[in-house]
Amino acid sequence: MSTAIQNISLSGRKKEVSHKEMTFWERLYLVAIVKGLIITIKHLFRKKVTVQYPEQVREFSPVYRGQHMLKRDEQGRENCTACGLCALSCPAEAITMKAAERKKGEEHLYREEKYAEIYEINMLRCIFCGLCEEACPKDAIYLTLSKELVPASYDREDFIFGKDKLVMPLEMAIQNAQLNNAN
Amino acid sequence: MDSAFIIEKSVVIVTVFAITMIMAMYSTYAERKVAAFLQDRIGPNRAGKFGLLQPLADGLKLFSKEEFFPNTPNRFLFVVGPAIAMSTALMTSAVIPWGDRLHIFGRDVILQATDIDVSLLYIFGVVSVGVYGIMIGGWASNNKFSLMGAVRAASQMVSYEIAMGLSMIALLMMTGTLSLKEISLQQSGMDWNVFYQPVSFLIFLICAFAELNRTPFDLAECESELIGGYHTEYSSMKMGFYLFAEYANMFISSAILSVLFFGGYNYPGMQWMIDNVGLNVANILGIVALFIKICGFIFFIMWVRWTIPRFRYDQLMNLGWRILIPLSIVNIIITGICILAFK
Repeated sequence: MSTAIQNISLSGRKKEVSHKEMTFWERLYLVAIVKGLIITIKHLFRKKVTVQYPEQVREFSPVYRGQHMLKRDEQGRENCTACGLCALSCPAEAITMKAAERKKGEEHLYREEKYAEIYEINMLRCIFCGLCEEACPKDAIYLTLSKELVPASYDREDFIFGKDKLVMPLEMAIQNAQLNNAN
Repeated sequence: MDSAFIIEKSVVIVTVFAITMIMAMYSTYAERKVAAFLQDRIGPNRAGKFGLLQPLADGLKLFSKEEFFPNTPNRFLFVVGPAIAMSTALMTSAVIPWGDRLHIFGRDVILQATDIDVSLLYIFGVVSVGVYGIMIGGWASNNKFSLMGAVRAASQMVSYEIAMGLSMIALLMMTGTLSLKEISLQQSGMDWNVFYQPVSFLIFLICAFAELNRTPFDLAECESELIGGYHTEYSSMKMGFYLFAEYANMFISSAILSVLFFGGYNYPGMQWMIDNVGLNVANILGIVALFIKICGFIFFIMWVRWTIPRFRYDQLMNLGWRILIPLSIVNIIITGICILAFK
């Protein structure tokens, strides 16, 4: 059975428009007004959608891209080797870094022989696209881990985030390690 | 005229004045709450429990705002506008019977500021003067949006007053009196006028919406076209007075609707209460009944505001002149025939 092309409705919401004369009751509008009033009164008893902000915070979705975080591994060492792929992939050119060589006695701080001495992201340039996360070969940078928004400020200087704000806190790394061990 | 009478009347007047003010204040709160609830929101809830102090906070804010005068040659009229709007809004409450009577200190206290025999006419007169508040304010603002809003408001109110008056005539043919007290007494029990004059009630209700300049007839202050309408240039408490007058008018209109069509302070079983429980208790319950009716109407007015979109101006005039006026004239004729046939 084939239907005419005019009658196909892919969304299932197609409605025929008609230009028929309105009947007397329709022209009175009173019926329509009562219908409308019934619709609005139903909303009076609906569940309210308001999130009462300071007390109640809306949850982040698991894939929400917020403030970046430079990851540590299970032993608390920084993953980043300052290869610069994130800076290269960044379409907004928000990332700069300076590499340094790991000295003897710093093995507990950095995972590989090279590390980022300075790692800065300009949050005013960043568009939170997540391409740095995709480019990173060492699993070092993530936007989904911190579950934080970049805080507002009056000063442009405040938006250049260095390693002090970006690197994962040690406690979090230790916690992650413990969780992994437990599993 | 003894001194006790003067004291009695002063107390009644001050009480009525205070109640009107409080009702107008909490109408702003109710408006925001009803709007919020109908839109699945919560509404003001930070100032006090459930946001109950919100009207006070709003008033304080308006008081502490800067008094701004536009570059206008009519500074005096600019101040007179909101003053007229506010005083006319409060004057109408004088003739509304809030209850029958209370027996206190061996006196019969009549719960009405004054019972003049042309109450209804007085209300219509005062409400018509209210147009001047809007017109003068809009004119003195020296702003084309204000003037446009004022002109719209004035023409709208003048044209809907005709239909309103005509719908009243049908009711008056039935009641035979203009005194609101008499009209209340005639509707004792459930003998309410709305059952005899539904068409008249409908016309009066629609016209009340138009007189109040509220949605769907709020063309005088439609934000999308005229910024703020006649109060565009107003700030601080002068602005507050216009808004306050609007809510006071809403309260008074609801009171008039309840008194004229929904039996005023009458409630079913009132006579039984007077005979068995006592006059005072029965009549206080009557006051409560009246206020429940008034609050119902206020809620209805707000409910309609968040349901129906604004009319176009030509549709508004069309409805007023070509539908409501003929309809009310037909209603008068039918009422006349019915009175001749059944009485």
